[in-house]
Amino acid sequence: MDFASILTTALNGAIGPVAAAYALAAIGLNVHFGYTGLLNFGQVGFMLVGAYGVAISVSVFGLPLWVGMLVGVLSAVVLALLLGLPTLRLRSDYLAIATIAAGEILRLFYRSSFAEPVTGGVFGLQRFANDFYDLNPIPPGRYELGPIILSSRDLWVTLFGWGLVLLATLLVYLLIHSPWGRVIRSIREDEFAALSLGKNVYAYKLQSLVLGGVIGSFGGMVLVFNTQSASPDSFDPVVTFFLYTLLVLGGAGRVFGPLLGSVLFWFIVVSLDSTLRQAIGAGYIPSDVLSASEAGAVRFALVGLGLLLLMVYRPQGILGRKEEMVLDAR
Amino acid sequence: MTPRSMFARLTALLVLTFIALLTLVGGAAAQDGEAVRGTIRGPDGDPVVGVTITAHLNGEEVGSTETGDDGTWQIDLPEPGTYEVRLDPDTLPEDLIPRRQSDAVRPEVKINAGKAQAVLFPVVDKDDQGAPDPGTGGEEPPPDGEVTEEPPLPREGAPFLERLAQVLVNGIQYGAVIAISAVGLSLIFGTTRLINFAHGELVTIGAVAAFFFNASAAGPGMHLIAAGILAILIGGLVGGGLERGLWRPLRGRGTGRINLFIISIGLSLLLRHVILVFFGSRPGSYTDYNIQPVIRLGPISATPRDLAIVVISVVMLFAVALMLQKTRIGTAIRAVSDDRDLASSSGINVNRVVLVVWILGGALASLGGVMFGLAQIVTWDMGFKLLLLMFAGIILGGLGSAYGAMVGSFVVGIVAHLSTLWFPIELQNAWALLVLIVVLLVRPQGILGRKERVG
Repeated sequence: MDFASILTTALNGAIGPVAAAYALAAIGLNVHFGYTGLLNFGQVGFMLVGAYGVAISVSVFGLPLWVGMLVGVLSAVVLALLLGLPTLRLRSDYLAIATIAAGEILRLFYRSSFAEPVTGGVFGLQRFANDFYDLNPIPPGRYELGPIILSSRDLWVTLFGWGLVLLATLLVYLLIHSPWGRVIRSIREDEFAALSLGKNVYAYKLQSLVLGGVIGSFGGMVLVFNTQSASPDSFDPVVTFFLYTLLVLGGAGRVFGPLLGSVLFWFIVVSLDSTLRQAIGAGYIPSDVLSASEAGAVRFALVGLGLLLLMVYRPQGILGRKEEMVLDAR
Repeated sequence: MTPRSMFARLTALLVLTFIALLTLVGGAAAQDGEAVRGTIRGPDGDPVVGVTITAHLNGEEVGSTETGDDGTWQIDLPEPGTYEVRLDPDTLPEDLIPRRQSDAVRPEVKINAGKAQAVLFPVVDKDDQGAPDPGTGGEEPPPDGEVTEEPPLPREGAPFLERLAQVLVNGIQYGAVIAISAVGLSLIFGTTRLINFAHGELVTIGAVAAFFFNASAAGPGMHLIAAGILAILIGGLVGGGLERGLWRPLRGRGTGRINLFIISIGLSLLLRHVILVFFGSRPGSYTDYNIQPVIRLGPISATPRDLAIVVISVVMLFAVALMLQKTRIGTAIRAVSDDRDLASSSGINVNRVVLVVWILGGALASLGGVMFGLAQIVTWDMGFKLLLLMFAGIILGGLGSAYGAMVGSFVVGIVAHLSTLWFPIELQNAWALLVLIVVLLVRPQGILGRKERVG
């Protein structure tokens, strides 16, 4: 067992662009779930439209990258309105099922052969972020951050992703401490109290859904910039469950909850994964008990177990306050 | 298969064999017959030798071959048409795997008359795919029905009414499977107000347990009926066990409803991937009732297997309805669904009622799983795929109403199959889910639900 390499891989995962993308999407989810109390289980749908907004604009219609990003953001706004207008008047459990269904509908349509001329079907779209890499100001070479070695390309995506995370965190911090944020949180605590004070709860919920959805769409963009490839099956409903897990881990309803949650989540997941693989490779775990290809499944199972135990024993996560997470149906 | 098309196929086969013989004699390569061909190369560009490729027409194998020393392969085909071409991943060298699971199967390869069609099978290093790459690594993308065996499709070009009748029958069968699985979900919601996201896994447990007893190499190889009954018992036990071991203690702690919902999502992830470790990602099918003669009733064709699924499901649904209406426990279940506190204060042991509902729900979901596995194929994530359709069914019918769940599920199944008349079959579940969202817009309380505040 090579613990140094496990640690390096895990650190890489914890600060990598994927962790940044998940942190962004979770910041959006935090606005929905943590602050407004909306049970949005279709966050992955916002990531998908953001990612494909860029990918389709650039590789199919040949538009510049910044127009593509604008298209991605606009798609997220449209999706939030389409989703929110009918469902936000419903009880929270209806909203949960409607949003997860919407995310799955999007994935099925984007991967279908019927949409293939535009979306690339199951294979998705590739190589649309060249403009993004051309903007890279970091001179080529290898950069060492402690044990981690990054190329200038990796460093650029990583910095871009975490830069966006910090911007979004700042934005959420300012908004939550504004009068708007107080109304949003009062909706989470008691919708009817907010309603009886003359607040248009429905409009506030819709604004929250749009804001969180747009932040989520940036998460999708970072995710596909990193690999230069957008494929529909990387926007599986499981992604939303991961987002909930890391959000609950960090602390829902706290400004730094998603950031801390994402770093810790990927550190734990990647280190578990590489420990398992090394243990199988070194023969500590016989390969007929668990083969290397099954180690991925064990990782997902452990994430599920983690979410379950967190929700049972510490629903407020690391940063949260317990009294803020006593959620009940409204 | 009708005698005529059988005759046509035999003739074609004979003609092709004749041509093949001629070319053997002449020593020339067959270029004018229909064929699929390709070259398998590893990630480093080297040819991969000895990989088995098979071609299938309407689910029957029509040819197979192995890649040669230069990685090339070719399968001559009996006639033009749409074939499914598969690569057997087990015959790949140990360090290589298909790029994705879905890359090992090309479900729709169109072959025009006299043309040889090239088919690609991307192959990558096992480590490339399985590397701990956050985001995409680990789980293989779900095959999403690409390898599932679909119910008999209406023939292209048949009159519209004939095709309509056929998709209605297919839809009723799909609805029957959804309904039998969803009734338990609806009863559990009615009595405990828990949205059980792990209900799909109860379906998978049923299907996989029956697979173990029936078809697994390590299992006893029982007949499917015995295996199915055992699977139903196991499903009931798992359902009851979850209630006693997890949900009842959590209710005792006063955990909020939304927290319980998220806990059920964690449980679903956990159970699904534990099943994946034990069952593996390769789909399996039962050993009984696989090949059956098709019964033709006018425009409709169905196998006895499909009819049995519908009949069993409808009988079971009637039995559940009778139980709810006529027996003491059924009355108690309805009372608890109606008003938990009132039921409790009139002397009903609510915890006992909930336990019965969980056992019943687990058993029915397992039965649904066995029937789903029989109608299509057994996979580790089959229940999760069915879950959203079950939700669509119970919301469509009215959340918490068992009869609504039955009606709604049939509507969902029929909509899914009706959509194939106009839209690609891969989108059938998307249309069914779209119905869910439309219903939420116009009648959130569902077809049979009582009008109450849902906002």
